[in-house]
Amino acid sequence: MDIVVEHLTKRYGPQKAVDDISFTVKAGEVLGFLGPNGAGKTTTMKILSCFLLPEEGDVKIGGYSIHEHPEKIKKHIGYLPENNPLYQDMNIIDFLEFIARIHDIPKHLIEERLLDMVKVCGLEGEKHKLIRELSKGYQQRVGLAQALIHDPDILILDEPTTGLDPNQIVEIRELIKRIGKEKTVILSSHILAEVEATCDRILIINNGRVVVDGTAKEMRKQAQGSEILKVGIAGGEINDIFEKLMEIESVETVDFLDFECQILEVQSYPNMSSVKAIFDICVANNYYITELTPVETKLEDIFRELTTQ
Amino acid sequence: MNQILQIARRELVGFFASLMGYVLIIMFLGFSGFFTWIYGDDIFFIGEANLNIFFKVAYWSLFFFIPALTMRSLTGEIRGGTLELLLTKPITYWQLILGKFTSTIILISMALAPSVIYYISLWSIGSVDHPAIILGYIGLLMMSMSYISLGIFCSSLSDSPIIALLSTLFIGIFFHQIFETIASSSLGVMGSFFSSLSMFTHFESISRGIFDLQDFIFFFSMIFFGLYASKEILVSRNLNA
Repeated sequence: MDIVVEHLTKRYGPQKAVDDISFTVKAGEVLGFLGPNGAGKTTTMKILSCFLLPEEGDVKIGGYSIHEHPEKIKKHIGYLPENNPLYQDMNIIDFLEFIARIHDIPKHLIEERLLDMVKVCGLEGEKHKLIRELSKGYQQRVGLAQALIHDPDILILDEPTTGLDPNQIVEIRELIKRIGKEKTVILSSHILAEVEATCDRILIINNGRVVVDGTAKEMRKQAQGSEILKVGIAGGEINDIFEKLMEIESVETVDFLDFECQILEVQSYPNMSSVKAIFDICVANNYYITELTPVETKLEDIFRELTTQ
Repeated sequence: MNQILQIARRELVGFFASLMGYVLIIMFLGFSGFFTWIYGDDIFFIGEANLNIFFKVAYWSLFFFIPALTMRSLTGEIRGGTLELLLTKPITYWQLILGKFTSTIILISMALAPSVIYYISLWSIGSVDHPAIILGYIGLLMMSMSYISLGIFCSSLSDSPIIALLSTLFIGIFFHQIFETIASSSLGVMGSFFSSLSMFTHFESISRGIFDLQDFIFFFSMIFFGLYASKEILVSRNLNA
């Protein structure tokens, strides 16, 4: 099922939480929603899951509009809200059964689905405990189980790994990756590594607007522009090496990174590469290369650059 | 329909898990039994084979019990955030509200059911006016539904059960007694206007065994407006928040 978001706007009082957002998610895609706190991630997800209604714009999921057929859309969506609200006074099995029944899962299939969810989400040891007795990590798993129980085509997860320990985070990521092979997944996070590890595509939003829409690779390329190399050269005086490097046509700047170990950072002019020229210098002067690494702009840097204007 | 029943079922299980259901049933039977059979103007004192005393006691005790039951019905969902959980499932606002309504009226019916023993005992003592008693029960159910609807409306207003409880009692007392008091001290149009708004007037007319369409119109409009207003409040909550 495709998700088409068209010119979505949502105000809280005078402030626009979401400001004319448009994007499309294709079936089977895993989309990461990135943005600082208060950027409008949660609001957008609440609109996608038919909880909030936007003032302007529309969302079409599988061809149905959220304004006209929310009931049809809700059947195909599994949603894990940000603060993961659950009925604290119910035990896990009763709670999941309640959700399954609400989804009109046929009676004879309910037990199978329940056991399946308990297994997939790693709740076997806890299944008869009351939800309020569970740790935050286990509650998060129950939240994930309730979102998955009706085998939805689309999964909307609002910060699915908050409150989990590192092992659980890895497990949940693996689970999302596995699910993402068959389903459309939208997940939000402010942890960049998480989005990069799990998502096919990244959408960065800030102040209610889409700032970047693309893959992690594309974003790096876009932000980087010109080639940056970390170069270690030995077999000669560092100052001579520096001068020789500066003489290369394509080189814009050279910086010392580590004077002792003779490591430099070489930045080329946009759309030019200096790799071959560096090698040629070394051959001509009897230097040898100890290190040559392309420096990738970190996703964090891109994120900070785009969201702190 | 299934969604309404599932919500009602969960709610009912919750009533009994929190002991609220048991407390209500025991207190209601205790009160009504005590005043009907033992204390004051009881059945033996009046010497008539009717349940008017019981209906009078039930009229007042349900007025206080119902707000205690409905005070958490939507406030709990709003406060705990589970409103978001429910409304992002294939559930409509109406289904949610009707589910809450159904669970509470079932609980009230469970509290009223054992009192049928009073009816049977009375039957064995003397000749009873069966239609009057049956209409009396219908009147109690109608009144309960009206106040449940009011209670659900009040619980949609905020996330505080105490505010829901107090506002249900505050609005309820106008229908329950104040309109009656105003009606009885005023004449003409004023008098009949307030009399037509008074729960007391309508309940008394039914529990005397008189079947009047006007009474049912009153009850049904109160039920409908309460539930409709709750639905509108929930919708506007999600439009603006």
